[in-house]
Amino acid sequence: MSATDPAGAGGGGPWLLEARHLTKRYGAVIANRDVSFGVRPGEIVALLGENGAGKSTLVNVLYGMTAPDGGTLLVDGQPVRLRSPRDALARGIGMVHQHFMLVPPFTVAENVALGHEPSRHGAIDLATVEGRVVALAARFGMEVDPHAVIRDLSVGQQQRVEIIKALDRGARVLILDEPTAVLTPQETEGLFHVLRGLAAGGTSVVFISHKLGEVLDIADRIVVMRRGEVVGEVSPADATPESLAAMMVGREVLLRVEKAPATPGEAMVVLRDVQVAGDRGGRAVDGVTFEVRAGEIVGIAGVQGNGQTELVEAIAGLRPVAGGSLWLCGVEAQRLGVRARAALGLAHVPEDRQRHGLVLPFSVADNLVLNRYHLAPLAIRGVRQARAILDLARNLVARFDIRPPIAEVPVQALSGGNKQKVIVARELSHDVRVLVAAQPTRGVDVGSIEFIHRSLVAARDAGAAVLVVSAELDELMSLADRVLVMFRGRVVGEVAGSEATREGIGLLMAGGGRQLGDVET
Amino acid sequence: MTRGRFLFVLGCIAGLVGIAEALRSPDVPAAVVAASMLATTLRFATPLTLGALAGLFCERSGVANIAIEGMMLAAAFGAFIVGALTKSLAAGIVAGMVVGALMALLHAWLSVTLRVDQIVSGTVINIMAAGVTGFLSTEVVRRQAISGAGLLPAWRVPGLSEVPVIGPLFQQQPIAWVTLALVVVAHLVLFRTAWGLRVRAVGELPRAAHAAGVSVARTRYAAVMVGGAIAGIGGGYFTLEAVPVFEPMMTNGRGFIALAALIFGGWTPAGAWVASLLFAAANALHINAQQFGIPVPAQVVGMFPYVLTIVILAGAIGRVTPPAAIGQPYVRD
Amino acid sequence: MAPARPGIALRLDAALVPVLAIATALVAGGAILWAAGPQLEGPWLGLQFVAVAYLSLLEGAVGSRDAVIDTVLRAVPYAFSGLAVMLAFRGGLFNIGAEGQLTIGALFAAWAGFGLDLPAVIHLPVVLATGCLAGAVWGGVAGLLKARTGAHEVITTIMLNYIASQLAAYLLNGPLRDRSPLNVIAQTPKIAEGARLPDLVPGMHAGVLLVVAVAVVTWFVVWRTTTGFELRMVGANPDGAAYAGVGVVRRMTWALGASGLLAGLAGAVQVAGVNYRSTLGFNVGYGFDSIAIALLGRNTVSGVLLSSVLFAALRTGATKLQFRTQVSADIISVIQALVLLLVAAEQIVRWLYRLQAARAVAPAGDDEGREVAPVTIGSAETARTSK
Repeated sequence: MSATDPAGAGGGGPWLLEARHLTKRYGAVIANRDVSFGVRPGEIVALLGENGAGKSTLVNVLYGMTAPDGGTLLVDGQPVRLRSPRDALARGIGMVHQHFMLVPPFTVAENVALGHEPSRHGAIDLATVEGRVVALAARFGMEVDPHAVIRDLSVGQQQRVEIIKALDRGARVLILDEPTAVLTPQETEGLFHVLRGLAAGGTSVVFISHKLGEVLDIADRIVVMRRGEVVGEVSPADATPESLAAMMVGREVLLRVEKAPATPGEAMVVLRDVQVAGDRGGRAVDGVTFEVRAGEIVGIAGVQGNGQTELVEAIAGLRPVAGGSLWLCGVEAQRLGVRARAALGLAHVPEDRQRHGLVLPFSVADNLVLNRYHLAPLAIRGVRQARAILDLARNLVARFDIRPPIAEVPVQALSGGNKQKVIVARELSHDVRVLVAAQPTRGVDVGSIEFIHRSLVAARDAGAAVLVVSAELDELMSLADRVLVMFRGRVVGEVAGSEATREGIGLLMAGGGRQLGDVET
Repeated sequence: MTRGRFLFVLGCIAGLVGIAEALRSPDVPAAVVAASMLATTLRFATPLTLGALAGLFCERSGVANIAIEGMMLAAAFGAFIVGALTKSLAAGIVAGMVVGALMALLHAWLSVTLRVDQIVSGTVINIMAAGVTGFLSTEVVRRQAISGAGLLPAWRVPGLSEVPVIGPLFQQQPIAWVTLALVVVAHLVLFRTAWGLRVRAVGELPRAAHAAGVSVARTRYAAVMVGGAIAGIGGGYFTLEAVPVFEPMMTNGRGFIALAALIFGGWTPAGAWVASLLFAAANALHINAQQFGIPVPAQVVGMFPYVLTIVILAGAIGRVTPPAAIGQPYVRD
Repeated sequence: MAPARPGIALRLDAALVPVLAIATALVAGGAILWAAGPQLEGPWLGLQFVAVAYLSLLEGAVGSRDAVIDTVLRAVPYAFSGLAVMLAFRGGLFNIGAEGQLTIGALFAAWAGFGLDLPAVIHLPVVLATGCLAGAVWGGVAGLLKARTGAHEVITTIMLNYIASQLAAYLLNGPLRDRSPLNVIAQTPKIAEGARLPDLVPGMHAGVLLVVAVAVVTWFVVWRTTTGFELRMVGANPDGAAYAGVGVVRRMTWALGASGLLAGLAGAVQVAGVNYRSTLGFNVGYGFDSIAIALLGRNTVSGVLLSSVLFAALRTGATKLQFRTQVSADIISVIQALVLLLVAAEQIVRWLYRLQAARAVAPAGDDEGREVAPVTIGSAETARTSK
């Protein structure tokens, strides 16, 4: 608290946008508690914090998307009430959301026009908008075709459209929520270049991240949040990754997972030239070949959307293998259903836990037996055995420290970390020979992350073959014995976990490596 | 609508006319049967097209609408009773639009504001329309022996309507003509105006529209009510253009077929119209079969539009992508 | 096991909204009755008129032995078709096609009843099974289409309703028509004596027992078997079900098939127990009513049973109401629609009665609800606009 001085006395001139004592609750959860925050003209402020620290809530309030329960907002020193993004936009506040706010079947110009459409004789005048898009793109050194349809653009290009959209509305403050989560290191550099240009031209930038290196690289000032509160403010010159990390999590973190060297056994997962179709046709996975051996953790790195999701779903049996072959535990498995694969010893922690991993209205107990409800002793001759289910569930709740420790509550009442523990508990509670975990710690609190990491390593040490897909390079580098990098549906490189560097993997993620798949086939 | 679908529809209509021709009794000239088939097709397409356009605005904004049937039924009653009391067909049409829009307002309130499941909301409206119009038709219409204000007179296209054989095509009643105009207007509104852009944005990705400063709720209310008013014109067709009386349940599933036409037409006005023509042609065969004594069991032919609907929904003729946000209430924090 | 008391509180709270919805709809219905009735001077006479109307409704529904039997007999098909809709709902599917499935079930049950020559012991079971099977096929088609092609079951089941009524019209005027010289309408011959449901008490067939048995079995299947678990999983989260290894396609088809089976049984029981034949158009209205019953019963077995008795009572009593007050019996449809509206949008009820949205712990909720009930009478009165 004390480090932030919302009165503007910290030097550097008056605040352009300022929040004083903001509070926002979601039911019993306090997302923002007495948060004060400000940004000056032409300044790049980084808002640093873990997942769930309250950064997104804060900026959603600043942008009028979310109504605060208490506190005030000031623009140019004047108190304002932002009832909707329209109010925020009118005052020069623009935002690039973590999940882009672009209508996929619309063109770039239509997206930019949306909300302030110029009209002539009642008809929408897109030509004017197209002209403005081209002008803005040229001014800030971005390449954008106003006629392109959004769903045909890469993630990096879409982000540029978002920035142009905000600038076209006259944004003086540009808020970017986790803008680098979906970018390669090289694309990130490009984004930083644009942001520095904007700041030099007088636009203020609020940059949200939980990546220490980036924050140190881009920010003029760093504000750190933890558990819904602002816990400190530093200048990059005075900060180190270690000091920032300590502020972020409130104690020293285990930057590396403690684990013994792997002792790989026989190959439990074998992929040979596997191809998988994407949702919109085409090959999301285009000829992937690799193995995972018993007793090792193989990580898969890559920018989101390069085929990892489809690859995991294909291994798990949720998506057909369109070509090549897949072997699990020595059995040819590409034609087997989910249940047959589970019987071989496959466990799967899915990427989207709300959608796949859990049935939210069901109890914790029912979710703990979600894929084994039909087996004895949980069911006998098709009749469920309430006693046996509850016994098992209570046992798992205690063993995996699921809170609240009540097996009868609906799982939707649990926090993200505890929901994930329910899934991990279920998947690790029986004989696991192959474990596939996709984004196992996304949106999970630090305590649960450590627990999940230890569980994965324990599964490995017990002889399981573990495949982890993650967007967090740090997680993969510390957890995995080997890291494979995917790019455009192919495995483009492999690094030993101990030798992995961010730069090396980053280059591969951007497509700068040789193609392993080609070499092996 | 893709070219393949368009050709499929043309082929089907030609086939239906062909069936009528093949089975007609020899003393009726072929041209008369063909002209009658086409004229009735155009006429029967009117309520289907209007229903589909009603669904179009609603669903394009992201609100599923299975209540077209109920909206049209209620509007048919409103149009009839106001027309009868005022002895003005124009007032009847306006009343139909108002009733349709009010039913739509209820749908919007339930599904947008109260976030009731949109299918449940639509079902509630359908049941409500059936119950209330059934009650009122016995209470008010029958008891007080109200008779209708008659039927809208046909508007003839000078010259063309005199041409032998194809003449009947150009002697349609006003709502039929208005419907054709509305197909064009709906297309322009949806794809060429700022409001249309907003409606489509709200139906595809409401978060994005909200973030761009568009009120999702207001846009959806407006779109649903515009749709309701169009369904109201469709209701007017039943009691002011087709027959001068109100009968309980007289819409007889046309609202649901209209929804199928909307889906088959890929949520576009022109597509919906062409698909409506197909369903109407199936219905036209039914009527013409009776008129020209074509010897096929009436019930078997009568099943045809419904079977066709199922076949088409099952994607036998290819699939189309619905508006992405359909059925999902928008929740802002 | 779960602590018992919160469970009961939950159940009471779950029943609260439907009960208040019915009360509110009856009050609003009273306002409509008043408006539709004769011109009366002053609120006192008006209230008396409404009271007479509702009392005659009550008398018509349960005022005599015959009335009770009528109500119970009418509740039988409602219960079957309400359970049918409920079952599909639990699987996340909206079966609007109970009417068509019932029609087809009745049609084929009747055919089995007069067309087959079987010993009495097995004739009745065969008739009922034929109705079930026909209904199951009619529903299963929609389920299969939904699961395989994504064709929305709401539209396909409605279309199947129309197809069923056309098919019935064709068969009842053609191949299945009663050819006896005295018959002038579209109906089948009477079914064989041995194919009929015996009377439980004079005037009331044994189908009532069948309803109870089927309700218990339905409850057991949905809540106690792996099949029911899969059904509810598919209903709550189809992606999660696929992840858990459930055959979603199979389960959806099963859900609408089983739903159709129950609706078909409703038709078969009407044939075997009441009409002894299938007549064109005798089953119009069951589709919508069964949805209302399932929603009002909150998709629970006990709720569906209670709702079907209520709806049956309303329909049975309506005749007397019409006779006494000269107001059309269709007023019942309006009241039912209002009930449905209020149950579907329970926020309205909660707002009217200032109820808490949270329903985890509120053991006093029931009492509170009763206390504030008069409030709505006032507010519904002011809402009366039809005069």
